[in-house]
Amino acid sequence: MTNSNLTRRGVLKTGAVTGAGLALPTIFTSRASAFTNEPTGSTVTFGFNVPQTGPYAEEGLDELRAQELAVEHLNGMGDGGMLQTFSSKTLDGTGILGKKVQFVTGDTQTKSDAARAAAKSMIEKDGVVMINGGSSSGVAVAVQGLCQEAGIIFMAGLTHSNDTTGKDRKKNGFRHFFNAYMSGAALAPVLEKAYGTDRRAYHLTADYTWGYTQQESIQASTEALGWQTVNNVLTPVGAGDFSSYITPVLQSGADVLILNHYGGDMVNSLTQAVQFGLRDKQVNGKQFEIVVPLYSELMAEGAGDNIKGVYGSMNWNWQLQDPGTKAFVKSFGERYGRPPSNSAHTCYVQTLLYADAVARAGSFNPCAVAEALEGFEFDGMGNGPTTYRAEDHQCFKDVLVMKGAENPTTKFDVLEVVEVTPRAQVEYAPDHPMFGGAEASLGECNDGA
Amino acid sequence: MEAIILQILNGLDKGSAYALIALGLTLIFGTLGVVNFAHGALFMIGAFCAVVMQRLLGLSYEQVDPTKTDFLGNPLKVQVPYVESWFGPEIGGAIVDWSVPLAIVLAIPVMVILGFVMERGLIKHFYKRPHADQILVTFGLAIVLQEVIKYFFGANPIQSGAPAALSGSFDFGAMLGFDPNVVIYPFWRLVYFLFSLVIIAGVFAFLQFTTFGMVVRAGMADRETVGLLGIDIDRRFTIMFGLAAAVAGLAGVMYTPILAPNYHMGMDFLVLSFVVVVVGGMGSLPGAVAAGFLLGILQSFASMNEVKSIIPGIDQVIIYLVAIVILLTRPRGLMGRKGVMED
Repeated sequence: MTNSNLTRRGVLKTGAVTGAGLALPTIFTSRASAFTNEPTGSTVTFGFNVPQTGPYAEEGLDELRAQELAVEHLNGMGDGGMLQTFSSKTLDGTGILGKKVQFVTGDTQTKSDAARAAAKSMIEKDGVVMINGGSSSGVAVAVQGLCQEAGIIFMAGLTHSNDTTGKDRKKNGFRHFFNAYMSGAALAPVLEKAYGTDRRAYHLTADYTWGYTQQESIQASTEALGWQTVNNVLTPVGAGDFSSYITPVLQSGADVLILNHYGGDMVNSLTQAVQFGLRDKQVNGKQFEIVVPLYSELMAEGAGDNIKGVYGSMNWNWQLQDPGTKAFVKSFGERYGRPPSNSAHTCYVQTLLYADAVARAGSFNPCAVAEALEGFEFDGMGNGPTTYRAEDHQCFKDVLVMKGAENPTTKFDVLEVVEVTPRAQVEYAPDHPMFGGAEASLGECNDGA
Repeated sequence: MEAIILQILNGLDKGSAYALIALGLTLIFGTLGVVNFAHGALFMIGAFCAVVMQRLLGLSYEQVDPTKTDFLGNPLKVQVPYVESWFGPEIGGAIVDWSVPLAIVLAIPVMVILGFVMERGLIKHFYKRPHADQILVTFGLAIVLQEVIKYFFGANPIQSGAPAALSGSFDFGAMLGFDPNVVIYPFWRLVYFLFSLVIIAGVFAFLQFTTFGMVVRAGMADRETVGLLGIDIDRRFTIMFGLAAAVAGLAGVMYTPILAPNYHMGMDFLVLSFVVVVVGGMGSLPGAVAAGFLLGILQSFASMNEVKSIIPGIDQVIIYLVAIVILLTRPRGLMGRKGVMED
């Protein structure tokens, strides 16, 4: 005979306990969801917003490869890459705060409106806690503004304009990549050594935010050497044929041409300048020279032999020999059969830095994460000791001066490292006039509450 | 004076490309009455024929060089082109070096066949449809073609240099008695200008001096009457479509050392070429050629710093401004015929 304990009082008691138990997570949720897209399940979603179509699609693809690898490493798959060398040991390959990391991707198309639409969709539909990546300063500034409004963290990808962490800096936005000012500061001493202090420079400049700030930075740093600036001509983005802009250069009496161009424009303007025989000429009794202040491996590949001996700068290069670089190149190279580009590197590092900041803060709350990133000092990520400066959210680290290799053995080593410029040489005050001056401010952190 | 000569020279090569594309557009419009927005894509595919030729000639086998290492520290696998192992490094290297001119051999059949397939497979179904439908379908086709190219070749520009012998420049100014080092002109741009003149002359001679060309011209003037004479004019017009595609393709092949091919280069040229056709006069072959060179040179002049300092941004709009002025004063364009697109 069975004896049932089912009583009215027992049912009420059990019901009350069960009800309270069920209500408990809701209570926590209602408190925790005070910030945008707080992850409640066993996973957390990152949004990788990169150009998947359009002229920078190759770069975007390389960024995606790196971000995918970073997610694998965070989740404990693969060899761990830079997690082995990263000075912060908070991440242990079990995800972040016990949650597995997953990701969604968006296509910026290298257009500000498309990039914002993609980011908005990932924030609203996919519930991403942060946006990472991109390959244009115009896009970075636009998406950074959106993330600030939405109350999530933006980890910028390849953006080199001073404005991103200058006049357009935001409390929710962070940039690991270097900037135009740093390029100028790093290049100037090398240019002085190679070409002397008595030079006349002619600038061709891409007609948008990045072009302006790079031109301004390079002009300032070369004029500080004693160089004169003969002219600065703005060229439309995607002009294709630059011959009309190149031919007046020789008539101007200039003996250096500085190409403030990136991507396809850089490939075309450099190639055409070489075709017009600029580098074979003697002007003012000196050999005519060309400088490309911002280099990218993927674009250098496109410029072929024309790049030989031409100076430029980079954020990072796979040929560095520090343990962090070696670990990342091994991990990336074995997985994809090619060394990573510097845009891939910055996106990979940004993903790990975000994850580490969350783990250290113990929360996905963007304001807690921002606080953890501000003033954060780290090493082992390929650029030597690095600081995320609290005042403008710009990373300060060594910068590379590069040169087109004379005898590359493969298409991957068309650039060679000339000098690792120490970080102290490229530092500047947070209220520097090129970065918005004293008026520039990060504003308030927004967690979406 | 030197600056004027320089800008005329700069305008000539750009104008050559406009003229060749506009010539093909006009051929198709004049014969088939189709406004072909995929014509820029044909120019782009021509440029990629040069890339394909470069890759075909560069087909290599791997040889391990134990003295060097790759980026992962493994022994370096050096790529040795087959042509170099077959003909020796000197002749093999020269063949690879001349891949752009050699690509003409590949581009002609590829472009003609592509033209036939486009015309027979798609465009012929739109002859009796309004021009708006033709524009939409050919524009869609252009997007499909450029996405296909991007899928196979990626989004970055691919460098295809001129042969070493023609990759330098010469001092045109010194030849005319000006100061040296002022009027410099690359050899390849001169080659491109001469090449375009040969192609244009060839097309005109073909239309003027062959029976086939005579029938085509008759068909362009009055398609119905030629049909009534028992001539299969449609077949000839299909061949003309192939010819127009080949002209665009050759313009693209030879342009690759000037502009590294990328998948959207066709679109950049297409819009300008349409303006060229309209300025030259819809359906007028000499008009298309003349307007191509004229607008190319005008665009170069507008890019001069002196001009831009007076009217900023004029280099971006000059072509359209000229088009507006010409269409206001001569609504049929420079050499337009009465009745074309006026029904």
